[in-house]
Amino acid sequence: MLINVAETVVADALRGMAAAHPELTVDVENRVVVRADAPVAGKVALVSGGGSGHEPLHGGFVGPGMLSAACPGEVFTSPVPDQMVRAAAAVDSGAGVLFVVKNYTGDVLNFDMAAELAEDEGIQVAKVLVNDDVAVTDSLYTAGRRGTGATLFVEKLAGAAAEAGMPLERVEAVARRVNDNSRSFGVALSPCSTPAKGSPTFDLPAGELELGVGIHGEPGRERRPMMTSGEIADFAVHAVLEDLDPRNPVLVLVNGMGATPLLELYGFNAEVQRVLGERGVAVARTLVGNYVTSLDMAGASVTLCQIDEELLRLWDAPVRTPALRWGM
Amino acid sequence: MLDADFFRRWLTTAAAAVDREADRLTELDSPIGDADHGSNLRRGFAAVTAAVEKEAPDTPGAVLMLAGRQLISTVGGASGPLYGTLLRRTGKALGDAAQVAETEFAQALRAGVDAVATLGGSAPGDKTMLDALLPGVDALSTSFAAACEAARQGALATVPLQARKGRASYLGERSVGHQDPGATSSALLFEALADTAAATKEASA
Repeated sequence: MLINVAETVVADALRGMAAAHPELTVDVENRVVVRADAPVAGKVALVSGGGSGHEPLHGGFVGPGMLSAACPGEVFTSPVPDQMVRAAAAVDSGAGVLFVVKNYTGDVLNFDMAAELAEDEGIQVAKVLVNDDVAVTDSLYTAGRRGTGATLFVEKLAGAAAEAGMPLERVEAVARRVNDNSRSFGVALSPCSTPAKGSPTFDLPAGELELGVGIHGEPGRERRPMMTSGEIADFAVHAVLEDLDPRNPVLVLVNGMGATPLLELYGFNAEVQRVLGERGVAVARTLVGNYVTSLDMAGASVTLCQIDEELLRLWDAPVRTPALRWGM
Repeated sequence: MLDADFFRRWLTTAAAAVDREADRLTELDSPIGDADHGSNLRRGFAAVTAAVEKEAPDTPGAVLMLAGRQLISTVGGASGPLYGTLLRRTGKALGDAAQVAETEFAQALRAGVDAVATLGGSAPGDKTMLDALLPGVDALSTSFAAACEAARQGALATVPLQARKGRASYLGERSVGHQDPGATSSALLFEALADTAAATKEASA
């Protein structure tokens, strides 16, 4: 691993981020990344966060048109309420703050505590939970569907809604609509290694793949001998479409898990588009790249988000962040 | 009667136990979690020790409230809010008495454990820290040593269980056969409690 010591990986990355992005205010000690022009008068603020190891999520999505602030936790460990309250206080213009929370027990508990504390400080807070991973079929005896690729869609579209001046309840409604209309399915070709452990956190023999993997290496639906890109696309897209029956066009995210080359991701996208065509699903926009990663895991995920005219307009709206940038 | 010093020593002993067992906790967290329970708790309890020594609160309730706040502010994940709530709610239930009887402490700790169950939405048998906390607090009416033993047995009894909460729940049947790291660290708290009580008895004998 390209690190100094495991204990400082998050702080080291934040120092590097600060050096690369003067348009962000990076508080390394308190672990908060804030857009430098915050608070923006009259604008609803978006705050997200989660364990580190999924970069560019979330810090790479801070900037005009997307997040107001991000709170990175330790690797694969949710941040603490103090970070979220600090972030909320830094970005709140008085128009309120929307917390974007991925559905993991730790993230939910810490953001819930933060919301209470922030409200005590007079900040109006709304929360939206992202839970798009269709690989989790049993929601009664598990912690429920995990938040994965749809987080990017929620943060981009709700971020654009906030930038357009919508009030908190409308920004929250957009975020909820995006999550309700998004589904994801991920595949791992190799496991990931956390800096603290230094070796793979789960066992996946070479020549096998995990279908339905989570972004922390959580197990999916089944394990199979290696399949071709086309076969994986068939499996993943069908799994998503079992749960989402889009009548409108969709946004497509073909997302790399961290260690899969862009060459392979584009090839995979060609197969994803083929399957969508066969299933009669109209594609409005497609994004290909490493956006919601899992350290050094090889693999990819597919996220579809059914949109309407308003959501398409919000998707095309200008955005300027380290990892996502167009129109400005 | 138990005073603030007793609770400070409990937490310091617990911090030492967590530090000593951190690698084992992380190892248990590897097959059914994400291999960080030991390092996260070590960070949290180091902060607890530093805070209670620096601020030296003078009532049992204040010691536990301070410790809980430190855990919430430094651990992250699910275990930060859960352990933080356990200590905070227990401390709150003790009020501002300078000394508390063992029975009062047992009642307060039960309120803390109940708060953990509510916050985590979990029940006994879900393969969580509750599976050590509940038997531990049940046996506290007998003795500190009995509570330690009951919590330890409770942690061991999580091995055949299938996880229904937290990240381990995604493993389904594959979570069977592994001891729950949260129940294991909960048993460490009871072990530290029994050690502290034994040391107190020795010192006064």
